[in-house]
Amino acid sequence: MMPRMILPKTAIPEWVARLRETYTLIAPKPIKDRFVFAEIDSASDFTLDYPTSILPPKKALLPPRETLIRFDNHNAYAEPALDPPATVILGVHTCDLHAIALMDKAFTRLYADQHYEARRESLTIVSVECLKPCSEEAFCKDMDTLNVPERFDLHLTNLGDAYAVDIGSPKGEALLQEFSPMQEAAPEDRRSYDRVLSNKWSQFSYRLQAGAYELPSTLNLGFKSTLWEELGERCLGCGACNLVCPSCYCFDIQDETDFSLNVGERYRMWDSCQLSPFAVVAGGHDFRPSRANRLRHRFLRKYRYQTQATGMAGCVGCGRCAQACLVEIAPIEVLNTLYRRCLATERKP
Amino acid sequence: MTMNVSLHEKLNATSIYLPLQSRIVDVRPLTPGEKLFTIELPHGLSLQHTPGQFVQVSILGVGEAPISVSSSPSRSNGTFELCVRRAGSLTEALHRLEPGDPIWIRGPYGTGFPIKRFRGKDLLFAPGGLGLAPARSLIQEVLDQRSMFGRVMILYGARNPSELLFTDELKQWQKHENVEVHLTVDRPSPGWEGNVGVITTLFSKVHVYAPNTVAITVGPPVMYRFVLIELLALGIKEGNIWLSLERRMKCGVGKCGHCQIHHLYACVDGPCFTYAQVKHLSEAL
Repeated sequence: MMPRMILPKTAIPEWVARLRETYTLIAPKPIKDRFVFAEIDSASDFTLDYPTSILPPKKALLPPRETLIRFDNHNAYAEPALDPPATVILGVHTCDLHAIALMDKAFTRLYADQHYEARRESLTIVSVECLKPCSEEAFCKDMDTLNVPERFDLHLTNLGDAYAVDIGSPKGEALLQEFSPMQEAAPEDRRSYDRVLSNKWSQFSYRLQAGAYELPSTLNLGFKSTLWEELGERCLGCGACNLVCPSCYCFDIQDETDFSLNVGERYRMWDSCQLSPFAVVAGGHDFRPSRANRLRHRFLRKYRYQTQATGMAGCVGCGRCAQACLVEIAPIEVLNTLYRRCLATERKP
Repeated sequence: MTMNVSLHEKLNATSIYLPLQSRIVDVRPLTPGEKLFTIELPHGLSLQHTPGQFVQVSILGVGEAPISVSSSPSRSNGTFELCVRRAGSLTEALHRLEPGDPIWIRGPYGTGFPIKRFRGKDLLFAPGGLGLAPARSLIQEVLDQRSMFGRVMILYGARNPSELLFTDELKQWQKHENVEVHLTVDRPSPGWEGNVGVITTLFSKVHVYAPNTVAITVGPPVMYRFVLIELLALGIKEGNIWLSLERRMKCGVGKCGHCQIHHLYACVDGPCFTYAQVKHLSEAL
């Protein structure tokens, strides 16, 4: 891939101001010493050079709470809520972009989810190339999410004084139209771009002992491992790992009405497979009754089931779950321990 | 009239979560805890379901729940039936509804029983408790094309006689010259003349030719463990034992994750599975 355009950093405030006229803008905003994807008004509100965000940008596509249906029983009325605003999200890391690619697949396979599709359609994503590791907990190089996926809108690479801009879609191209500071990339820009990208890869190290392609079989072999019981003893069952995960999208559906009990909405909200009622069925039977069962389900879903169902891993290696976990359950440690134990078991005669 | 348009096509046009206002045309108490609702879709729409499939039933403002269709497509006549046990807030509210009241429906969802593959086979039905509701859809369909199948055997059990569902229909099936019916209750009441004991005590009453038998068993998780032992002991092949796995599907369309059984979603890959398909999945049964 070769960048087509160059955006001088000095032009960013003007660009953001122009985008603000047409779009709701979301970008990594500093809050204390961390960053959150939040609505912004100008370039001074955010930075494109940030380690990682507390919550992933998935909330722009699957809000923590989203109205699905508005109803009024008096008038036998029920209509879908499908009115997302045109939004641009700036500064998305490639791991999060890969997670969005998984959500695209999950929300369109078998049944197309129009609520997701409407948000996806009205959203333009400006992603940025990661040039150095963002945290101790990340293992994006292992999960092969350190590059831009097939589907993107605009992708920026930091060249120092300017950003190289790759255009991936008409939606992305529309953000640049008639913006004169944006220039065609010159040969020296392309050399600079090559240099930056060549320097980048050695900054990142592999963290997993297993290759990503070995994870589905590792998880299968390790299904009955005692590791899950050990981790279940530590796990608090709080569900923080689900909330901060860019590729967790399970939800619950609930109704809410006003005092008339007739007018209201049906909404979905993020749910967590780590919470005890998640797999309970009518009659009260729980198919994953212990924290060990539920934790194992999460790992199996991330590294095996999603690959079986969609062809894509359910984890992009962003490391947020390890940062959020109060008892330091980290995928790198879990996967490496499981892999070592599986190898040890296999070696036994 | 748009008789050939299915509910499914109509619904999926705007939002897969939007139910359609339908009408209750009949309510019949079956037991102290269960009622049978006859439901009519609007605009002459037809459900076009397969036995074993479910619909998402809702009362706006109360909530939504997955419920198996308990009538057969062959007897649909523009309506379908749901057998509902009073168990939670939604079913509690459903039990208060009367003929003429609105009810909101989306579906049908899931993979039902592959009835065409059952042709020429002997069919052994072993539903327990509320499991008769989805099984009845298939039984009716089979009886309405009776000549297409071999023997039809129904083993059905409930905790006590008052909890037996569809007692009128059970009597009809017992009178049917081409259907073998065996009933049992765990705890008899005065006047009960049938078998006493759990459903597994009925298996010694039927003699099956295992290579040509398909078994259909639907019931609570605990029942499967015992019924499966009996079916396998009869020599019925794992791929010929059909189950319906109950889960609390929230979306019904393979997204929300609640009904996931390992890599399978009960709402789209099931709820009807063969034992061969799920026996190695530790969280299935």
